[in-house]
Amino acid sequence: MIDYQSRLNREIQIIKPSPIRKFFDIANEMEDVISLSIGEPDFSTPWHIRQEGIRQLDKGRTHYSPNRGFLDLRKELCAWFLRHYGVEYNPEKECLVTVGGSEAIDLCIRTLINPGDEVLIPEPSYVCYVPMTEMAEGIPVIIETKAENHFRLTADELLRKITPKTKLLILPYPNNPTGGVMRREHLEEIAKVIIENDLLVLSDEIYGELTYGKAGHCSLASIPGMRERTIVVNGFSKAFAMTGWRLGYAMGPAEILAAMTKLHQYVIMSAPTPAQYAAIEALRNGDPDITYMREQYDMRRRLIVSELNRMGLTCFDPEGAFYVFPSIQKTGLTSDDFCEKLIYEEHVAVVPGTAFGACGEGFVRISYSYSIKHITEALRRIERFVKKYEKL
Amino acid sequence: MERTLQLLQENARLSNEQIAVMLGKTTEEVAATLDAYEKAGVICGYKPLINYEKAQVARASALIELRVTPRKDTGFDAIAEHIMAFDEVESLYLMSGSYDLAVTVNAKTMQDIAVFVARRLAPIDGVLSTATHFILHRYKEAGVSLQGEEVDEREGQ
Repeated sequence: MIDYQSRLNREIQIIKPSPIRKFFDIANEMEDVISLSIGEPDFSTPWHIRQEGIRQLDKGRTHYSPNRGFLDLRKELCAWFLRHYGVEYNPEKECLVTVGGSEAIDLCIRTLINPGDEVLIPEPSYVCYVPMTEMAEGIPVIIETKAENHFRLTADELLRKITPKTKLLILPYPNNPTGGVMRREHLEEIAKVIIENDLLVLSDEIYGELTYGKAGHCSLASIPGMRERTIVVNGFSKAFAMTGWRLGYAMGPAEILAAMTKLHQYVIMSAPTPAQYAAIEALRNGDPDITYMREQYDMRRRLIVSELNRMGLTCFDPEGAFYVFPSIQKTGLTSDDFCEKLIYEEHVAVVPGTAFGACGEGFVRISYSYSIKHITEALRRIERFVKKYEKL
Repeated sequence: MERTLQLLQENARLSNEQIAVMLGKTTEEVAATLDAYEKAGVICGYKPLINYEKAQVARASALIELRVTPRKDTGFDAIAEHIMAFDEVESLYLMSGSYDLAVTVNAKTMQDIAVFVARRLAPIDGVLSTATHFILHRYKEAGVSLQGEEVDEREGQ
């Protein structure tokens, strides 16, 4: 008999499956469950974008694209990025189209990290950075951010974790799971530290277009001195509700992008062709769709934040993404217990804060990527649950 | 469309408090806005959307196309006012195209509708012809699917 476990790569043996799935799987097996656990838009891709994908399929556009993605798409991407964030990139050398933002993150980490290099990862944050760093034999160094700072990374917190081995900072804002954002003034503050310590930054801005409030999203690359040391990762999933098309991109210094492209060329070859055509349409004519969806999210966001605070699950005003990250300390339960009891007793699924790092203890992630009707009913059940436990 | 109307169009049971929170207004402002809409006749009513098949209410509906002769002085208006006064009439539109008035009618049975068309609509002075189309099944009403809620197929990632 072959002992398959022992044949596996030693890093993959250590890596755990994504903890977000646990409660989702329980929810799938129960009747009458209301889930607020999903991390993708409830909107379908806008019709004109879907139609363009269909049109290109009809034309038989079913072949590989250039490794970096169609030049037309990269040109549109760079124009869009300049229009939205005020940063100019060369479509031929500084832009790579990937299979979702996730691939871009993996490419970037593997391209930059040697065994033993330290990668700074603020938490709570999305679940992929640590395992991807471990697969590259880098050393994940966690920076625990705090609720009182709206889970932003502060210059002090950053400075304290920098060592001579530090190579890369991952900056995940707007943040999943907290909804926290880094505004221009916050980015400027950490930029000084980044430049003084000669770090590179992977700025995961996938939720950039879901930033509420007049100022909008500020890309790290737009901060003076940061463009040359930042790899921006973004994509179509959240901004255009195109998760299933699997299309993302990276922008950054030509040499780094060339190295990432080498890896991409061997493992992926090229991003899906119909999706790329649809993406061109999205970039050319999709801005009104972004605005519409953002307004819808914003209304749900205000409703859910106000209701949670009213029932004593306090949360700061999350300015980005489509999550709220309320404190559940009032119930006296751990995050895991809260989620487990909530799903079994009230049939509502949310994700424990600890899925996104140990410092997520005492919090849960609630997604508002759902209809108002759905959200209202879930909040009613959560309130009944909270009342029951605060008495105990 | 203004945001308050947008929200109510989707769900007229939202409370003023909920609307206020969602739009970043005060409850008083929302109340005043709704009051103004009602007075101005912008908001003409609030009704539930009932699936009569599920409610097991005996109910037949028909779309009736009417061709009419417009009157010299009042055009289509006088005939329209005559027709809209019937309780059976749910909606009444003046149409472009091959007929003039579209009437939707509800009654308990198809027989009742047949009688309504023959005895009440057809004899009206100026009505040239009627074409009655019975509704067999409602898939969607006022923008809402009556086929039950779509299953959320999204995966937790």
